[in-house]
Amino acid sequence: MRNLLLATGLIATATMAAAQDRPVLTVYTYDSFVSDWGPGPAVEEAFEAQCACDLQFVGAGDGAALLSRLRLEGARTDADIVLGLDTNLTAAARETGLFAPHGVDADFDMPIAWTDDTFLPFDWGYFAFVADADLQAPGDFRALGDSDTTIVIQDPRSSTPGLGLVMWVKAAYGDEAGAVWEGLADNIVTVTPGWSEAYGLFLEGEADMVLSYTTSPAYHLIAEDDATKTAVQMAEGHYMQVEVAAKLAGTDQSDLADQFLSFMLTDAFQSVIPTTNWMYPAKTPEAGLPEGFETLITPGKALLLNPEEARAMRDAAIAEWQAALAR
Amino acid sequence: MQPSPNGKPRWRASVTRRTSLPDWPGLLAGLFLCALILGPLAAVTLRAGGGGWPVAADWAALRFTVLQAVLSAVISVALAVPVARALARRRFPGRGVLITLLGAPFILPVIVAVLGLLAVFGRGGVLNDALLWLGLPRVQIYGLHGVVLAHVFFNLPLATRMILQGWQAIPAERFRLAASLGMSPGTVLRILEWPMLRTVLPGAALIVFALCLSSFAVALTLGGGPRATTLELAIYQAFHFDFDLGRAAVLAVMQLVLVIAAAALALRVNPATGFGAGLDRIQRRWEAETPLLRTQDAVLILLAALFLLTPLAAVVWHGAAGLMEMPAQVWNAAAVSLAVSLVATVLCLSLAMALATLALRRPWVEGFGLMGIAISPLVIGTGLFLIVNPWVDPARLALGVTALVNAVMALPFALRMILLRLREIEETHGRLATSLGMTGGVRLRWLILPRLRPVLGFSAGLTAALSMGDLGVIALFADMENATLPLQILRLMGAYRMDAAAGAGLLLLALSLALFWVFDKGGRDNASV
Repeated sequence: MRNLLLATGLIATATMAAAQDRPVLTVYTYDSFVSDWGPGPAVEEAFEAQCACDLQFVGAGDGAALLSRLRLEGARTDADIVLGLDTNLTAAARETGLFAPHGVDADFDMPIAWTDDTFLPFDWGYFAFVADADLQAPGDFRALGDSDTTIVIQDPRSSTPGLGLVMWVKAAYGDEAGAVWEGLADNIVTVTPGWSEAYGLFLEGEADMVLSYTTSPAYHLIAEDDATKTAVQMAEGHYMQVEVAAKLAGTDQSDLADQFLSFMLTDAFQSVIPTTNWMYPAKTPEAGLPEGFETLITPGKALLLNPEEARAMRDAAIAEWQAALAR
Repeated sequence: MQPSPNGKPRWRASVTRRTSLPDWPGLLAGLFLCALILGPLAAVTLRAGGGGWPVAADWAALRFTVLQAVLSAVISVALAVPVARALARRRFPGRGVLITLLGAPFILPVIVAVLGLLAVFGRGGVLNDALLWLGLPRVQIYGLHGVVLAHVFFNLPLATRMILQGWQAIPAERFRLAASLGMSPGTVLRILEWPMLRTVLPGAALIVFALCLSSFAVALTLGGGPRATTLELAIYQAFHFDFDLGRAAVLAVMQLVLVIAAAALALRVNPATGFGAGLDRIQRRWEAETPLLRTQDAVLILLAALFLLTPLAAVVWHGAAGLMEMPAQVWNAAAVSLAVSLVATVLCLSLAMALATLALRRPWVEGFGLMGIAISPLVIGTGLFLIVNPWVDPARLALGVTALVNAVMALPFALRMILLRLREIEETHGRLATSLGMTGGVRLRWLILPRLRPVLGFSAGLTAALSMGDLGVIALFADMENATLPLQILRLMGAYRMDAAAGAGLLLLALSLALFWVFDKGGRDNASV
């Protein structure tokens, strides 16, 4: 144990020594962003090629765990940038007072207007049920509730898509959301703690549909050459997830952090997103979206509660979900 | 021997006088564990500025948690008894391999094991295909019964091993005597086996209960919805969605209290069987050598193997296809996991030996060993993070902390197995050794270690395998360069690469089993007794 710690320490010291001459920009993000299959490696290479700095990603679970970590560390945090919160978390994040305005003036290619001066989007997507292309899928939530179609969803208390679905139903149905959930209760095969479990269950044939994103079929098409998966169009419109980054007020690399936020909306960063994070880039690159993305469905209406609404409604909406499913 | 109030001999007291091993290693180990578990708990509570009172939903979570843990423990142990008995009574080619393989469910990452189970019991699983073919209605796995099924799948092998050891501890001479007296299998059960079971079962059930208390992903995924909310999920929610540290700390204390209460109940049972000494001969079971009982045991072993190995076969089947798609990073992760696992094994066995020596005199010490699985990994992780973060970058401690947490998680099993055997050794040979003046190191080297070796080998194998598979991953301590294999599997799944993840799952299974086999065999081969 001691030897292992010593060895780890030595390696860390050696790495630090090599990078000593360059300033370090520390970016906290969620784990899958920085994994070998996420956007992290390509983004790091592209940014380091132009910044004369050392970009270091620190992965911390998912978006919710990321915010928890920042709150635990408070103003003492080493992070200069946080990347990977979404609009369900930004109200709580803003309240911590840890973040500074981004100062970036940009046009986004998103179906909604974005005016937040602190949190800057880097990608976005629509939640959707993914199914096999030959499924006769119901076209709205009430029809789904009346049908025999089975779904597997994620728990809103532990998963971002799970919370997205609860907000989706709430945004579409308001006070009737509880009744819609009661209709859905017998369609739900099970509720999983996270996205991976649910998606794995769906691929194993445990349910007809799984809650994911409209962009999920693009993975199967582009990476696996498999065109049998599709996202199901819902008449109510689709709830959005907008993923954002922000600069810490207490950063000791303020200029570098600003440089990163600007870089985030350039083609070098944005063109990596579609086929690594499997989301839409916040600003479409010059070369357009990768081939295959044109096959994806375009929802008729984009739904998104603003961060304050989302925060105010969250607990009641989850309670409503829980009560309906516990029957 | 001192008389006890109810007139029965007081074995514990007599062991006290006979044992001449020092107390201090056990005391040190106990202190270390307390610091490791209560320290982080205190750190979280302090940071929160006090505890938060549980909300109504938390009490519902408590009820469900206890219900599923009790059911899982009782059913696992009840099924393990006939299986262990059959294995204890029979010798057949491949028995050793079978026993090794039966341990496999326990070491798989939860999600890999769940997918294996679903391939058999799920909506599109083998079982439902067969029922459909027979024209019968489909069975539904999701619900309380699904949770219990999965927990039995994980814990039946473990309970079987713990109970099997109890059988093996009955001196072969007693069975010979029983045979020469013409005792029927029923009488053998009453006179020899039941007294042994009475001392072994509560401890085994306690460990399964403690393990199932902190279930989270299995309970929710197979539970079918929010009714299957466990305390661990409530803790996750308190930490990450509400950032209510006080409530998380209180929920963790609730878990801890539950395990302590269960331990107090289970460990009250007199741990001595009073069979006296034997000559460590191979057991032969004359009374069970009837065609009927042979068939019965064969059927039991076959059923257990079918239940445990079919889902594993599904894991192998899926994984074999994914092996080709496994990216190079998986091999690096496998090496990291091996290193973590070996460090955890050394740590765990040291703690277990020290605590077992102390527990000879003070049985409640075994309760300390359970604290590691009684407390939420999230609370330990967050508390440790709060403690170390001001001083050192947590990522640098990632692998050390993972090894430490894995060691503590595996401690209850190692402690239980070692303690049972140690007690047996002291009861049978202790008096002679003491009269010869064998104390301290001499006693350890010449009396205890040679006899303990098979159990040490088995415990080391189990710990190593568990530490490969157990996701002692604490997100706060994530080390970007050196991911462990289970973490790499989760990352692959998170990036849609389910096939590659299945391949990595198979690799993990193979490595864990290999580690277990090497240690277990090493222990048995070199045993001088």
